[in-house]
Amino acid sequence: MTTYLIRRLLQSIVVLVFVTLITILLIHLVPGGPVVALVGVRATPQQIAYYNHLYGFDQPIYVQWWRWVSQFAQGNFGYSLKNNQSVISEIQQYLPKTLVLVGLGLVVSLVFGIPLGIYQAVKRYTAVDYALTWVSFLGYATPVFFVGLILIDWFSLKIPLFPSQAPQGTTVAQVLSQPAALVLPVACYAFVLYALWSRYMRSSVMDNIVQDYVRTARAKGASERRVLWGHVFRNSLITIVTLLGLSIPTLVAGAIFVEVVFNYPGMGLAFYNASQNVDFQTLMGFTVLATLATIVGNLLADVGYAVLDPRVRY
Amino acid sequence: MSMITPPSDLPSVGVEPPEAPPEGAGAFTPEELELAPAKPRSMFRRGWEVFAENKLALVSLGVVVFMIGFCFIGPIFYSTDQVHVSLSDSLCPPSSSHPVGCDQLGYDVLGRLMVGGQTSLEVGFAAAIVAVLFGTLYGAFSGFVGGPVDSFLMRVVDAGLSIPYIMVLIILSVIFHPSTAVMIFIIAAFYWLGVARLIRGETLTLRTREYVQAVKVIGGRNSRAIVRHIVPNSIGTIIVQGTFAVADSILILAGLGFLGLGVSPPATDWGSMLSNGLNYLQSQQNYWWLIYPAGICIIVTCISFNFIGDALRDAFETRLQRR
Repeated sequence: MTTYLIRRLLQSIVVLVFVTLITILLIHLVPGGPVVALVGVRATPQQIAYYNHLYGFDQPIYVQWWRWVSQFAQGNFGYSLKNNQSVISEIQQYLPKTLVLVGLGLVVSLVFGIPLGIYQAVKRYTAVDYALTWVSFLGYATPVFFVGLILIDWFSLKIPLFPSQAPQGTTVAQVLSQPAALVLPVACYAFVLYALWSRYMRSSVMDNIVQDYVRTARAKGASERRVLWGHVFRNSLITIVTLLGLSIPTLVAGAIFVEVVFNYPGMGLAFYNASQNVDFQTLMGFTVLATLATIVGNLLADVGYAVLDPRVRY
Repeated sequence: MSMITPPSDLPSVGVEPPEAPPEGAGAFTPEELELAPAKPRSMFRRGWEVFAENKLALVSLGVVVFMIGFCFIGPIFYSTDQVHVSLSDSLCPPSSSHPVGCDQLGYDVLGRLMVGGQTSLEVGFAAAIVAVLFGTLYGAFSGFVGGPVDSFLMRVVDAGLSIPYIMVLIILSVIFHPSTAVMIFIIAAFYWLGVARLIRGETLTLRTREYVQAVKVIGGRNSRAIVRHIVPNSIGTIIVQGTFAVADSILILAGLGFLGLGVSPPATDWGSMLSNGLNYLQSQQNYWWLIYPAGICIIVTCISFNFIGDALRDAFETRLQRR
């Protein structure tokens, strides 16, 4: 187990090195070089040369790479000239609000996805199962932003139940003080995640329900309720816990689209605005942060899987 | 996407004994059946038999064919001007001259759905082909060679997959102002990673087989083993992945189009049309024709490709069972 953990950790570090290399190569892909991305296309060659030297872009790539990595290690995520603000302060400003959206969306989607997934597996191949399968298929094939548009159209314009715009405000408290405005963004986010959880839960329960330990439990005389909740449910949950760790790229994508559709003042909207303003510092800083989260998530998923499931031995 | 059982009872055909072949396979003599697994043609024919049993998949195939016809042949019968702005028709509701209305620049929405669909389908298919081709070769090579080379190549894939895909795609779209061709490569540049990992796993099981070992023994080069033996034997996985890749690429393109990073006007795609509709959704009048037609096109096309992919997987798995 310890050797596995160490090996897995080393792997993550290697992956991290590759990621930093990829991101630095991305910056150099910008037509005209990274400085043009910084100072704009109308800069004179002298200015470009000046800034190239100032920011060290004229140095060998491994020197640049090392500087880039050591800056991130010190918590310096760059400085957004477009917003006249350091990227880390942007992150501090937007991340908590995005975490509220992601957290609420996750909770709502799990509250619906897990029980309904189990229900589908228990009532497999019935009309209810097929109906719910169709719902999750729709959730999978429908773009997040289209779900958002439909929600706005139906529940804000046709039936004016909720505001069409997400809560506006600079602090988390301000966002949470407008629960009605949170309903549609959270519902939109949760619907897409629901499709994911319920499908995995259904297949996981179906895999478990035919296992020997279930037959043993039944043979002992355990009630169907006890078999399902005491045995099958707990084992199926392992899948979901692992899946949570692996789902960060999905969470990021969902957050970007939901925030853009509902104008929710979080990281996703800020990332979108940065893409419209060609603000590479913000784009890169946010990407590195999200990538770190993904790597840690993958690591936790693997470790969590090994810890939660005693059958897994490395 | 792998976990859903399509609502029809598929595998029943698989257990049917080969002595009693269904109608379509009546031409087979017993000798041919004996040799059949070695011939790719009969492998595909058997796959098709299983596939054709799945009504949902057949309907989906029909939908995809219809969509392709609608987008590429439709403009011949319903020709509209999708280049010049016609402000007198701005936001006109559905009428006999414009069956699905017009957008704010006076483009006929029905005609625009065809033109946008061309972009979406072209990018979807092309990105899927590029990504699956490259991913397959990369994954097969990595898995076949093994050792430190394999570790290195797979860490590169891990690294690529650790960057949340939407962020890479957005950054690449900002760097390269996308045309249709650039869009294809941007999507493929991300999508091949998953394919490579999958094919590498498949290769790990294939490379220990006798026939692959035999290539090594008689002095065949690695490239021969990979191209002639590993890749043809994972063709099922490759085709299934390709099908899902088309659906995913269409969704990704729609997402980028929605963020305003898709192809540049006057070209359009279904996602860009939705993005445009969002601006008019909140106004007094309900311009439903700006969002629902494009959104429904995306959903119907993607869901069809997913159903086809599921059915294909069943078809190829059943083929293996039958052997």
